[in-house]
Amino acid sequence: MAQIIDRRLNGKNKSAVNRQRFLKRYSEQIRKSVSDAIAGRSITDIEQGESVSIPAKDISEPTFRHGTGGKRQTIYSGNKEFTPGDKIPRPSGQAGGKGGKASNSGEGMDDFVFQLSKEEFLEFFFEDLALPNLVKTKLATIQDFKTVRAGHSPNGVPTNIHIVQSMRGALARRIALRGPYHKKITDLEKELAGLSLIPEADEEHKEKIRAEIKSLRAKAARIPFIDPFDLRYYNRIAQPKPTTQAVMFCLMDISGSMDQNKKDIAKRFFILLYLFLKRTYEKIDIVFISHHTIAKEVTEDEFFYSRETGGTVVSSALRLMDDIMKEKYASSDWNIYAAQASDGDNWNDDSPICRNLLTENIMPYLQYFAYIEITTENPQNLWREYLKVKDDCANFAMQRIETVGDIYPVFRELFKKQLV
Amino acid sequence: MNKKILSDTSEWTFELVERYNREIARVAAGFKLDTYPLQVEVITSEQMMDAYSSVGMPLGYSHWSFGKQFLATEQRYRRGYMGLAYEIVINSNPCIAYLMEENTMMMQALVIAHAGYGHNSFFKNNYLFTTWTSADAIIDYLLFAKNYVAECEERYGIQAVEAILDSCHAIMNYGVDRYKRPPKLSIQKEIARQKERETYMQSQLNELWRTIPHKEEVSEQTGDRYPTEPQENLLYFIEKNAPLLEPWQRELVRIVRKVAQYFYPQRQTQVMNEGWATFWHYTILNQMYDEGLLSDGFMIEFLQSHTNVVAQPTFDSKFYSGINPYALGFAMMSDIKRMCQEPTAEDHKWFPDIAGSDWLQALDFAMRNFKDESFIAQYLSPKIIRDFKLFGVLDDDRRNELEIAVIHNDEGYQAIRQNLSDQYNIGNNEPNIQVYNIDRRGDRSLTLRHVQFNRRPLADSVPEVLKHVARLWGFKVKLETVKDDGSVELTSQVEPQK
Repeated sequence: MAQIIDRRLNGKNKSAVNRQRFLKRYSEQIRKSVSDAIAGRSITDIEQGESVSIPAKDISEPTFRHGTGGKRQTIYSGNKEFTPGDKIPRPSGQAGGKGGKASNSGEGMDDFVFQLSKEEFLEFFFEDLALPNLVKTKLATIQDFKTVRAGHSPNGVPTNIHIVQSMRGALARRIALRGPYHKKITDLEKELAGLSLIPEADEEHKEKIRAEIKSLRAKAARIPFIDPFDLRYYNRIAQPKPTTQAVMFCLMDISGSMDQNKKDIAKRFFILLYLFLKRTYEKIDIVFISHHTIAKEVTEDEFFYSRETGGTVVSSALRLMDDIMKEKYASSDWNIYAAQASDGDNWNDDSPICRNLLTENIMPYLQYFAYIEITTENPQNLWREYLKVKDDCANFAMQRIETVGDIYPVFRELFKKQLV
Repeated sequence: MNKKILSDTSEWTFELVERYNREIARVAAGFKLDTYPLQVEVITSEQMMDAYSSVGMPLGYSHWSFGKQFLATEQRYRRGYMGLAYEIVINSNPCIAYLMEENTMMMQALVIAHAGYGHNSFFKNNYLFTTWTSADAIIDYLLFAKNYVAECEERYGIQAVEAILDSCHAIMNYGVDRYKRPPKLSIQKEIARQKERETYMQSQLNELWRTIPHKEEVSEQTGDRYPTEPQENLLYFIEKNAPLLEPWQRELVRIVRKVAQYFYPQRQTQVMNEGWATFWHYTILNQMYDEGLLSDGFMIEFLQSHTNVVAQPTFDSKFYSGINPYALGFAMMSDIKRMCQEPTAEDHKWFPDIAGSDWLQALDFAMRNFKDESFIAQYLSPKIIRDFKLFGVLDDDRRNELEIAVIHNDEGYQAIRQNLSDQYNIGNNEPNIQVYNIDRRGDRSLTLRHVQFNRRPLADSVPEVLKHVARLWGFKVKLETVKDDGSVELTSQVEPQK
């Protein structure tokens, strides 16, 4: 007779090892794919898996096979109009006839496409940014949970046994199981008592009843004091930690001097901040403010891909941010973060205004302000003014960077603070 | 509503699976199907993908190529390019058949009948399987292999182990014995003998490679080859003779060879095996319907799946990818039954032995004693050739056009039958490559010979494969090609990478 076994509870990730080996083996190609993907993605959906494609020839496993050419006769199905001796032109592309051997591998020469999971994707993303492990784990952990008591459960570990509840159950079970025996015993005892009043009662019958009473008592005594069935355990369930909301302001200079490369670096920076906030806050609003001489609130697409010419007035962006903050994000309800990316250019007279705006109007309400200057040139007046802000405000970080790898130091302070 | 009907919903439960299985077993026994005990395992789709990517081995050793397989399967499944197969069935004793939890009750019944009784009886009785695989020992062996590979990885590093396995996989198809019965091994013996083998082989190698200076003058003339006869089992030859392999590397070669051997019969009996299983799920479920156990709805759903499985697209269809083994196998098995029950004059002429005989016996005989190649050569009837409208195309690279050589007419039957049979002959499909010689007194190079068939050349993967062979062999590897006219040409040679 057949056995039917439920294996569904067995681990499903039997292939996980092999999958990891594959990813490791082709990490070069995958990293490139991931990096392309980041450029093409919106900040908010950075935390998804990704389709990665690798040229099939890079990963093929060679075997001895027949090539095209030579002479072969192949049988096909579904003849419609051919008769023996018919000549037909050789189909182009595959000299060796249609279908059949040439595409035996089932993949042909196409790219090998597969899906990276979210964790794997982030892993590659972080690798690119040269993040230390501690930070990586902090970013990669999904939501935090708090375990809370939730009644009792029949399964659990010994340390969680709820003794009172278990004993109560055991008592109930003993009473329930003994009941029928006791009833019978009482009945039999009554009968026996009745019989003993009658002198001519059959002694043998009485003996029988006594024996039965004895056996019933023994049965009742055999009911276990406690049974695995009685055990009750404290039940704990995981509840997501209560989190609050945050808003993240992304400020970027989009004047002519910010080229696409610089914008891509800025994008990584914003992504990182977003990922960080995502760990801490359940709901995050993102406000994109781009500016040249005047600032406006834009969509993400416009933010990263539009270009304007002309000069740069940073204060315009800060002013707009201040307005939006006052209007929409009264700071008692919102945690406000801001990240600014620029190449350091600013109208000379404007920089002190920026400093004033920051120290007086903005910084008091902010959790954190991170400024990155993507440039290789010497610092200009904006940098110098911002240095002063940094001295005044502890929650202000600034960094000059040239490549994506330099982004991390900006975050060091922020993470340090959070980890304490 | 008929009381006898087993179920009328598409939901399955364990009780229902059990009831269906009981009925199917009863009907199958009525048809005298001889099977291993059946073990039905219910799994999720993720687990099914796992099973898929380890090419049906219930316990595979770890290797990146299985990961690649898994990713490819997952991708195709997610995009809906393919449904997961209904069935994976393991040739072991007891025979393990997987049911996916997402399937409907009809599908579960179909899979039980198809895999649990069809394939199962084929595994137990077909001569290739009884000769070449040990259903009792395979799970133990795979477990041994998995642990051994893991142990090697720990001791010698994942990369070193992976390199050897990569190389072995490249010539895995050249790792089967075709003419010897492998001994049945129990797991204890396997472990005990593995140690013994290590020491013994190392001592033998030293013997083989001993160079004796004072014999040098004769060596040129004798010209005796080693091996004296060409060897077709490359992996076996390497395992026994490669001079530089460490004992554990030899054991890895052996593991891959054993796995290749285990799958060898499956590669040779696709049409028969699938045809047999399909024929039986069709026959068993129809019998149950006739007995009033199955509802009309069940049957309609079943017939739809069944027709999909046995559909044969025509050559010009975009779905065409060769002859569908399910379609051909099912048609041929059904045809044998038809010839037994309602023979025509043509059948009496072509198949005097089976026309009008007992169909159960005729089918049983066919299942036990053939492989695809001989099965087609023996049983492909003119009726099937006409039904499939089979025709043969001659593709000769010396001519500009393809020629229709034969079609499904009186003159063509015999030729098509022979031709199709050849097409399933693994010997013709895979290039014929054998170990020809090793240069024992010179540079220790290994010479492989490819005997060309109909001038068909090797694909350009050859240098890559030879690199793998050279890694195993440790010295230079040459590939010679023997042309149709008997001339020999050195086509490729590769030095091992240091």
